[in-house]
Amino acid sequence: MNRQLYSKLIFDLSHEGRRGYSLPEFDYGITSSIPDNLRRESAPKLPEADELTVVRHYTNSSTNNFGVDTGFYPLGSCTMKYNPKADERAVTLCGIGHLHPAAPASTVQGALEIYHVLQKYLSEIGGMAEFTLNPFAGAHGEYTGLMVIRAWHLSHDGGETRRKVLVPDSAHGTNPASAAMAGFEIEEVKSMPDGTVDVDDLRSKLDSSVAAMMMTNPNTVGMFEKNIPEIARMVHEAGALMYYDGANLNPMLGVCRPGDMGFDVMHINLHKTFATPHGGGGPGAGPVGVRAGLEKFLPVPRVVRDNDGTYRITGLPDSCGRVSSWLGNYSVFVKALCYILSMGAEGLAKVGPLATLNANYIMHSLCDLYELPIKGPCKHEFVFDGLKDKSTGVTTMNVAKRLLDFGFHAPTIYFPLLFHESMMIEPTETESPETIDAFIDVMRTIAREASETPEMLIEAPHNTPMRHPDENEAALHPVVTLRDLCSKQI
Amino acid sequence: MNQHHYLPHTEADIARMLARCGASSLDDFYSDVEPDLRIKKPYDVCPGMSEPELDAYMRRLSSANRELICFAGGGFYHHHTPAAVEAITSRSEFLTAYTPYQPEISQGTLQYIFEYQSMMAELTGLDVSNASMYDGATATAEAMIMAVASARKKRRVLISATINPAVAAVVGTYAAGAGITVETIPEHEGITDRTAFTEMLGSGDVAGVIVASPNYYGILEDYSGWADECHAVKALLIMNCHASALGVIRTPGEWGADIACGEAQSLGIPLNYGGPGLGYLCARRDLMRKMPGRIVGATTDADGQRVFVLTLQAREQHIRRQKATSNICSNQGIMTLHAAAYLSLMGSEGLAEVNRLGSEAMHSLAEKLCATGRMSLLYPGRTFLNETAFKINRPLDADRIIDSLADHGILAGIKLDDDAILVAATEMCSPADIDRYVSLVNNL
Amino acid sequence: MTRFLKSHEYARIEGNKAYIGISEYAARQLGVVTYVDMPDLGEEFDAGDDFGAIESRKAASDLFTPVSGEVMEINETLEEDPTLINKDPMANWIICIEMSDPSELDSLMDEAAYAAFCESLH
Repeated sequence: MNRQLYSKLIFDLSHEGRRGYSLPEFDYGITSSIPDNLRRESAPKLPEADELTVVRHYTNSSTNNFGVDTGFYPLGSCTMKYNPKADERAVTLCGIGHLHPAAPASTVQGALEIYHVLQKYLSEIGGMAEFTLNPFAGAHGEYTGLMVIRAWHLSHDGGETRRKVLVPDSAHGTNPASAAMAGFEIEEVKSMPDGTVDVDDLRSKLDSSVAAMMMTNPNTVGMFEKNIPEIARMVHEAGALMYYDGANLNPMLGVCRPGDMGFDVMHINLHKTFATPHGGGGPGAGPVGVRAGLEKFLPVPRVVRDNDGTYRITGLPDSCGRVSSWLGNYSVFVKALCYILSMGAEGLAKVGPLATLNANYIMHSLCDLYELPIKGPCKHEFVFDGLKDKSTGVTTMNVAKRLLDFGFHAPTIYFPLLFHESMMIEPTETESPETIDAFIDVMRTIAREASETPEMLIEAPHNTPMRHPDENEAALHPVVTLRDLCSKQI
Repeated sequence: MNQHHYLPHTEADIARMLARCGASSLDDFYSDVEPDLRIKKPYDVCPGMSEPELDAYMRRLSSANRELICFAGGGFYHHHTPAAVEAITSRSEFLTAYTPYQPEISQGTLQYIFEYQSMMAELTGLDVSNASMYDGATATAEAMIMAVASARKKRRVLISATINPAVAAVVGTYAAGAGITVETIPEHEGITDRTAFTEMLGSGDVAGVIVASPNYYGILEDYSGWADECHAVKALLIMNCHASALGVIRTPGEWGADIACGEAQSLGIPLNYGGPGLGYLCARRDLMRKMPGRIVGATTDADGQRVFVLTLQAREQHIRRQKATSNICSNQGIMTLHAAAYLSLMGSEGLAEVNRLGSEAMHSLAEKLCATGRMSLLYPGRTFLNETAFKINRPLDADRIIDSLADHGILAGIKLDDDAILVAATEMCSPADIDRYVSLVNNL
Repeated sequence: MTRFLKSHEYARIEGNKAYIGISEYAARQLGVVTYVDMPDLGEEFDAGDDFGAIESRKAASDLFTPVSGEVMEINETLEEDPTLINKDPMANWIICIEMSDPSELDSLMDEAAYAAFCESLH
C-alpha cells in the first residue's frame, strides 16, 4: 500500500470545458425539449475531466486501499477469502451483461440456468429443499427468511400470535435488527460460560408466542453448538422454526449441513463462503434456503425448470412477497457458481477443515500472550479477550491499529459483546501457512511492544496513509458532501 | 490429495500445523460434532473443473443467451458503460476490500463514497446522500420506513399508482413487516390523481407520500404544490426517480421533496439481467440522522490532513439492535464507485447528452410507430423523456409484438397488458435500429 | 426536587414543569455526545414513552420521559453543541414537560435511591 495519502477529490481536478465521454452523434430527425416547469433549473455541478485524469485519480486513490489482493484479513465472522480471478472473467464470458430483465425467457436460458444450478447446489450444501437467490446481502437474507417464517406461521391457525423471535446474546447484531424489521419482538437467550446457548434459559422462553429461534453455528465465539439436535427438537415442539444465520457457514463445508442439524430456514452470504468479492461493502448476495414444505412462501419472482429442460420465471400465490426489483445481484451468482464449479465436491469438502486448521493454529500459537476466554478446539474463528497482561493499559483497539502498521488488516474488535476486549480472529482456508506464521510473529511482536513500549502502541498506527482521524468532529458537525466541504473549508 | 490452486496447504503443512495444535487429524477439530450430524457422502455437485473447462462452461451458457437490441426500460436501461469505468471498478484494491471500518487503510473506498454522496446530492437537489442502498425498490421501502420513524406515531403511507409495480410490491412487503399501512393513490390518464391525493392526505395520519418522476409510464408529472400540501399535515414527500434522468428533469429538491430515492442502474451500470443495480437515498439535512445505512464524512487526522471516515455509525443496527428501523449493514460498494467514475467522465454535459439522445430516439420511434396506425400513445399529450407507453391496435397484441421482434433481435418493450406496451430508448438505439423496429411492426 | 428512571433520565421539578435530561452516570457511559434528537413543541407523551434519542460515537439510546404531559420547551442550545451534556448533564436538560399527572412522581427514584441503583450496576 502507498503509505502517502493521495488526498485529492475528483472535484479538485475538474477543469471547465474538459470532457471524459464519447457518445454517438445520431441524428434522429427530431428534437424534443422538456417544458420549463418540468426541467431542472441549473445543470448539476459534476466534474469536468478528460479520461486519463479520471483514470489516474481513481488508480492513485486505490493505492491507499487495503484489499484481499494486497494483504491478510483476520476478520472474524467476515470470511475474507481469496476472490478467484476466473470468477470475474466468468461474468463477461457467460454473456449476461446486456440481458434485460424483461427479455423473453427463451432468450435468457443461459442466465436462468445459472440461477437454477446455483440454487440447486446451495440446496445440496445447505441440506435444504430449495433456495431463492433474490436477497441482496446477508442482512437482507435474514429479513427475507424471517418474512418466509412469518408467512408460514400466518398460514397456520393461531400463527398471528407468534410475535417473538429468540436470539442468543452472542448473535450478530443484524439478527435482532432483521427480526424487528420483519415485525417481531426479540427476546435474548443467555449463553453458557463456554459461549454456547443456555438450554435451560431457552426452555424457559419457549412458548406459543415464539415464531423462531435464530442461531449461527458455529457461533460467534467459534464454538460448535453441540446441543443443536436438542435445541432444534425443543424449538420444533414449541411450534416454532429454526433459522440458520449462514454468516459462519464456511467451517461447516465438508462437515455438516444446516438442514441436517434441524434448521428450517437459512441464508448464505455468497460474499463470504462462496468467495465473491466484498467490493468495499457490496454488492453481496444473501440467498435463502428452506426445508421441504416452506418453498411456497419464498419471495417472488421464482425461476423454475420445466420438464423439457427449459427455464421460466413465475410467481407464487403464497409467497412472502417481493424483496427485490428482480432476481437479485445476478453477477454475484455467476461468481459463486464459478467458485463451486472450480472447487467441486472434493475441493469444497476441504474448505471447512482447512479454515478450522488455520484458526486453531493461530489460537495455539498466541494463547500464551493473549487471553483466551473460551478454551477447546474452535472452528473457523475464535475470540481473544485482549492481551493477557492487562497491566500495560494497551487495549484491543491499540493492537488492532498496530496491526495496520505491519500490513495486516485488524481483526473484528469489540464483538461479540460477551467480553470487554473482544478480538475475533478468522483466517480462512486460502491463507498460506507462511502468511499465518507472519501474522503470528507480528501479534507476538505487538504483545512484546505492549510491555516494552506501551506508549508507542497506544499511539498506533504510525505507518499508514493517515492516522487518528477526528471522529468526534466528524459526528458532531457532519461534512458529507462537496457542498458541505466548501462551506466548511476542511 | 489433489492440490487445488485456491488452497495452499500441502500434506506436510497440515501435519506441521496439526502438531502445534496437539491434534492428530483435521477430524479432531470436529470431535464436538455428533457423528450423526456429520456429512456421510460427498456433496452432489460436479467434480472440480479446471480453469479452461470453467471458461468453456461459461461460454456454453452464453450461447444459450441471445442479446437483443434493447427497447425495454421499466427501471433498467441499457446505457453505454465507458471502458474507463470498467477499468476503474476492476482495480482489485477496490474490489477485494472489506467495509471501510479501518479508515487508516481504506481512504480509497471512503473517498469514492464521499464523491458519490456529493454527486447524488447534486443530482437530486437535496442536502445529503447515504453511501447507497441495495436497489431502487429497497431504497424506496427504506425511505417509507424513514418517514414513519420521523413521524413517530403515524403509520400510514400513500403511494402513487403510477410508480413502478415492482417498487410498489417491495414497499408492500416491507410495510407488512413493519406494520405500516400503505394506500395507493389512483392514477388518472397516466398520472397520479391529484384530487384523490388531497382527499387521502386530508383523512389524517399520513407519515409520507411516495410518488415517481419519471413515473412507470415514462411520464414527467407536475408536482407543483404537492410538497406544501404534505408539509401542511407534517407528512414527508418521497420522490422516486431513476438517476440518469435527474441530470435534466426538475429535481426532488426543486419540487420541495424531503427524500429522494430510486435506482441508479441508469448511470451506465451493465444490465446483468437485473443486478447488481444501485439504490440511492438522499434527504434534507434535518433528516440525515434518520437515514438508514452508512454515511461517509470528512474530517482531519492527527497530521492535519483532510481525510474521510464512516460517520454517524451509532445509528447502525449493531448498536440499536432490536430498536432498529433498518437492518442494512452494507451498501452497494463497488457500484457506488461505478456511479462516481461514470459521472466524473460524463459530467453534466455528457449526462444531458445521454438524456437528449434517449429522448430524441424515443420521440422519433413514437412518431413513426404512431404513423403505422398499429400503435398509438397510451397517454397522449403527456411529457416523456426516453420511455413511453403505447396502446396496441387489434389484431396485434403485446405478446405478438414482443415475440416476433425478439425473433429479429429486438427487445420491443415490456408488456403492460394484452393491448399495451412500455417502450424505452437510449443512446444505444441507432436511427437504423428504430427504423427496423418500425418496419417489423409494420410487417406483422 | 429531582426524580430518576432506571433508564437514567431525570426529571427536575419546578412547580408543574419537569425538566428532563440524562443523569451524570448516563452521560459518562455514553461518552462524547454527538447528537440529541428532540421532539417538537406541543407533542404529548405518556410516562415511559420515548420522546427522542441521544447519540454518541459509541452508542445510540432512546430517551424516555419519566412523566406524562406536553412538551413546553426544548433545549435548543444542544442542537448547536450537544457536548454540553457531557459538561453538565443536570444543567443541560433536554426538554421541559408540563406535567399532566404529578402523582406519577411518586413511583420514581429519588436521588438517594438512584445513587444506590447506579452503585448496584457495578
